Amino acid sequence: MTKRHLEPIVWLLFSAGGVAAAVFLPILVVLFGLAIPLGLVQPDYDYLHAIFSHWLTRLVLLGLLVVMLFHAAHRFRSTLQDGLQLRGLATPIAVVCYGAALLGSAAALLIVLTV
Amino acid sequence: MSAPTTYRQPVSRLWWLKKRTYFLFAMRELSCIFVAWFAVFLMIMVFAIGRGEASYQNFMNWAASPVIIVINVVALAFLILHTVTWFALTPQAMVVRGPGSRQVPAMTEIRIGGRWVPAATVVRVGGRLPGAALIASQYLGLAVVSAFIAWLVLR
Repeated sequence: MTKRHLEPIVWLLFSAGGVAAAVFLPILVVLFGLAIPLGLVQPDYDYLHAIFSHWLTRLVLLGLLVVMLFHAAHRFRSTLQDGLQLRGLATPIAVVCYGAALLGSAAALLIVLTV
Repeated sequence: MSAPTTYRQPVSRLWWLKKRTYFLFAMRELSCIFVAWFAVFLMIMVFAIGRGEASYQNFMNWAASPVIIVINVVALAFLILHTVTWFALTPQAMVVRGPGSRQVPAMTEIRIGGRWVPAATVVRVGGRLPGAALIASQYLGLAVVSAFIAWLVLR
């Protein structure tokens, strides 16, 4: 029964995370996943540190990370459960997926608080 | 709840390989792995930035290794698939009313004391923004956010 009550909340997080990932992730992957590691652009460390330690960046980043983690958890859960037909394992799959998202969110909170 | 007794045709676990549209659907669902991957990547990066310049350089050296670059190229492809499919789905998930919409009286039924009784209500009709406009506005949002982040990081 508790699962029924959680479903709308989880779906809201899934939906918010879908928007966040769609709008924010492509540019973030291009910049931090490709352009900077490959040396195409070289932002100054002190400047990057200043950006990421600004309170507004921390707040936005935490929000984005939490909803994206729950988005991924929800979609991965339904993929395992329905795509691979593991309905019998529905409860453990849900616990592992949402549990991982919850742990990731706690880690994200610690990281944005200490950057 | 008892198990259904009617016969159900078993579905192959590889059903998603049978049609191009099924395959695209499966790839769209798998994009979530890369959403999680990049969320974790960003978290490690921000952690490294917080630990000092040497730690940040170590992180970027690791991120420049061929394996991580290949993962991020694949991630970018999956994330673009996610963006395109997510934007395409939005008009189906929500109705956005633009100018020209109005409220009109309508009938409904409400439950009073365990019985359904007729009642008056209003509904909003007309002025429905076409799906194409909604999709275009999302791409505009994507462009604005991307340009802002690129400007913020690279200025």
